[in-house]
Amino acid sequence: MAKNLGKIVGINGNMVSVETDSQVSLNEVGFILLNEQRLKAEVIRITGKRLELQVFEATSGLSIGNSVEFSGELLTVELGPGLLTQIYDGLQNPLPELAEQCGFFLQRGIYLNALPRNIEWDFTPSAKVGDTVSSAYTLGTVPEGQFKHRVMVPFSYTESYTIKDIKSSGKYTVDTEIAIIEDEKGNKYSVSMMFTWPVKRPITAYAERLKPGAPMVTKTRIVDTFLPVALGGTYCIPGPFGAGKTVLQQVTSKNAEVDIVIIAACGERAGEVVETLKEFPELIDPQTGKSLMERTIIICNTSSMPVAAREASVYTAVTLAEYYRQMGLNVLLLADSTSRWAQAMREMSGRLEEIPGEEAFPAYLESTIASFYERAGLVRLKTGEYGSVTIGGTVSPAGGNFEEPVTQATLKVVGAFHGLSRERSDARKYPAIHPLESWSKYPSVVPVEKVNYARSVLFRGNEVGQMMKVVGEEGTSIEDYLIYLKSDFLDFVYLQQNSFDPIDASVSVDRQNYIFDILLTILGGKFDLSNKAESRKYFNKLRQIFLDYNGAEWQSDDFKKLETELIDLIKVKKSGNLEDAYIFQKV
Amino acid sequence: MRKVYSKIESISGNVISVSAEGVNYNDLAVVTSSHGESLANVIRMNGNSVSLQVFSGGRGVSTGDEVRFLGHPMQVSFSENLLGRIFTGSGKPRDNGPELTENMIDIGGPSVNPAKRIIPRNMIRTGIPMIDIFNSLVESQKLPIFSVSGEPYNELLSRIAMQAEVDMIILGGMGLKYDDYLSFKETLEEGGAMSRTIFFVHTAADPIVECLLVPDMSLAVAEKFALGGKKVLVLLTDMTNFADAMKEIAITMEQVPSNRGYPGDLYSQLASRYEKAVDFEGAGSITILAVTTMPGDDVTHPVPDNTGYITEGQYYLRNGRIEPFGSLSRLKQMVNGDTREDHRPVMDGMIKLYAAYKESQEKKSMGFRMSDWDEKLLKYGALFESEMMDLSVNIPLEKALDNGWRILAESFTSDETGLRTDLLNKFWPSEKESR
Repeated sequence: MAKNLGKIVGINGNMVSVETDSQVSLNEVGFILLNEQRLKAEVIRITGKRLELQVFEATSGLSIGNSVEFSGELLTVELGPGLLTQIYDGLQNPLPELAEQCGFFLQRGIYLNALPRNIEWDFTPSAKVGDTVSSAYTLGTVPEGQFKHRVMVPFSYTESYTIKDIKSSGKYTVDTEIAIIEDEKGNKYSVSMMFTWPVKRPITAYAERLKPGAPMVTKTRIVDTFLPVALGGTYCIPGPFGAGKTVLQQVTSKNAEVDIVIIAACGERAGEVVETLKEFPELIDPQTGKSLMERTIIICNTSSMPVAAREASVYTAVTLAEYYRQMGLNVLLLADSTSRWAQAMREMSGRLEEIPGEEAFPAYLESTIASFYERAGLVRLKTGEYGSVTIGGTVSPAGGNFEEPVTQATLKVVGAFHGLSRERSDARKYPAIHPLESWSKYPSVVPVEKVNYARSVLFRGNEVGQMMKVVGEEGTSIEDYLIYLKSDFLDFVYLQQNSFDPIDASVSVDRQNYIFDILLTILGGKFDLSNKAESRKYFNKLRQIFLDYNGAEWQSDDFKKLETELIDLIKVKKSGNLEDAYIFQKV
Repeated sequence: MRKVYSKIESISGNVISVSAEGVNYNDLAVVTSSHGESLANVIRMNGNSVSLQVFSGGRGVSTGDEVRFLGHPMQVSFSENLLGRIFTGSGKPRDNGPELTENMIDIGGPSVNPAKRIIPRNMIRTGIPMIDIFNSLVESQKLPIFSVSGEPYNELLSRIAMQAEVDMIILGGMGLKYDDYLSFKETLEEGGAMSRTIFFVHTAADPIVECLLVPDMSLAVAEKFALGGKKVLVLLTDMTNFADAMKEIAITMEQVPSNRGYPGDLYSQLASRYEKAVDFEGAGSITILAVTTMPGDDVTHPVPDNTGYITEGQYYLRNGRIEPFGSLSRLKQMVNGDTREDHRPVMDGMIKLYAAYKESQEKKSMGFRMSDWDEKLLKYGALFESEMMDLSVNIPLEKALDNGWRILAESFTSDETGLRTDLLNKFWPSEKESR
């Protein structure tokens, strides 16, 4: 078949204009032929014979008249066994292999196979000749790390097919034919363990989408208890620089109770990715006892890598997440940072000379962000099993101001908002999520009435705190002062968490519920305290013991000893029975 | 022989357009006008029309002037001969030395594969306690110095250039005042550091396009030296001028501005320079310290704001001192654990006490009564500012830590410091030692 060809007629930064007589579709991939190199590019606008392409590489050295060859395909990723543990760039090039081939620097125009072709996978068929199958139907499985990777009928095969031939158990590479299927018209198709899928189209080969309900446990107290995220839900973390967005995501990627974590490092510092790269293989996943890397895929398109590929990287990441969802797994996608992705769109939009929206972001910013987050979700597969994709994206608002377009567009579509505050990070209160300004629409791991009660203490305490700034400690009544101390206590021992402490860094749901009850006896209790100095001293003492208690291993002797100590101290000053722990609705 | 084009179609600011064929994107050209020759590079192509930015500016270029394309992008000579030399932004000698043309290398090369990066692990000592103790500079780090006009940021840079434990220094000056350039030169010559230094200097009087080239020239040369095993420290001043130059060209090219007139790709442009900081496994490294002046002392201005998202921390230079609050080296914990056992506790302890001093000071200024504790803090704060924060203090880390203990001992009793008992036993100065 003759390839569709075109010629370059204009170059502006990483955008080239091409003229062609052939039929070309929007978002089709083209290759610019420059000497021996082939530079990948994507069609982003068509006006008659003139096309605009964004080039995924540096455009230096291109000239008018260079040929462009169109592939007839949209930008796709390879799906199949062997994705886990990989480190890809935004176009799914494996970076370690690239380093082996090219050394320290990223050379342009080199594209490697995303899935290794030389590994033989242990295939066990689960379907047989004569079975009727459709897209995403499981033909067999191969073990991939701790998972049973399903070999499925490619998602683009939307009709009904009959299996004509299927390989028996044995070792095959990803590109070996493992089955032949036939459609109703008698056309035969060859199926291997891998296939491709266009990244900008959501994978919808499931039975139905459901409302997320079950919590995605992150083991970070403030998130799980106060600002929960659901499996299949979405959340965003906006924050100024230095507020700890990336650290929070790194902690989540380590501790989250999900099957697979996909990290999309999109336009951020390379150094931070390196920490993950070098650290993860060493860390042990407490749930499986295996290296954390075995459940991780990293898509890494750092700030100095070509901008157009940055735009592609979040789509690459979400497509891989959707693929594993089809196997009945819970996948968490962490994108850091979606602002860089939005900026990549803005750069392209500027070159296309589109009419700019707010802060020069394109008018389609909101709908693009919305359709990205909408790719998350809890689904029921055709087999009746459930799978989910949860998306957590950081946002880096210019000047730390949440009023800017990317933050606002994101807030419209996510289910939880974890806003980081400069004030809290300056005061070294980590994680610096603002407990009062942030919100979540998902159910907490702790009963809702308890959380609401704690939140009301926090709210009142904050009010008193504001008032005290004006009237001073002297002008505050002892009742108000106690509320202030209680809310400060709650902040200190529960909302703040030390991510470098081995025990405190990850707190199980059981433990969160357990200590929350003790916390509530303090928050809701009446104390025999008559002056402020005494109260402050008493609460400082409580705080010290509670912090040690947080640092003790769950249910260890130390833990129990500190608990007794804590309860004894509460009893000293608390009036009434310990059993009528907290009184709801009355602060 | 390359073709000469002699019809310039349009001239707007520093950007000219000619009709030409067979030109490559980003290629260099020589524009010959009655005022002399200037380099130019291709920044946009549309059909036969080629737009170039002229390094020495569009002023004096006429429509009949000649444009000759060189067939390669901007390059810089790389050899040991560069050491001790001073160049302009376009690589021409600014001293009276010979022009260097051997071993030309491209500037603005590809980025380092993240999979080849390593976790930083070596501290760079500077002899400045506010850096060494409180926010250690780490090899391969990229750090800006946030400051405002009028602060001695260039003096700070030249001191770091003189004292930092690196193999060589590359200084990239953008929009430097001529006097500042001369004082850099004098300081380094007097200090005997000139032989390990290379200057790429664009002064405020030079054409704006050359300003854009300075970081790329400096970093391209740094990269080559680093690959050759050298520990290179790149000092850039002032990145805000670089961003402003970018803004000027972008507006001339009629690009849609995004935030306060800056082009939409400001973040990517800054990042592609800062991300050149790297530690090559088995070879040398590049560390970047860059001054970013904050217009109106506003950290949310697009240039410092975008910079903060890119770099690994920042130093705030205010009132002639490196501020302990706000300043942050994100990589410090990778190196300050194995310097001396008291490094981290002293760092934390002294900062906490200094924060308490600030509160006492505030109370004092509001007319509140000073307690004994407040008086102690006030004494401590004064000592801390004069013996630690003052930029003229120049002592190695160990000496600075010892001084820290002495300052603590002069101001407080040992149990007031909140430091661990085992450290107090080991490091707390006895009566005689403290003055």
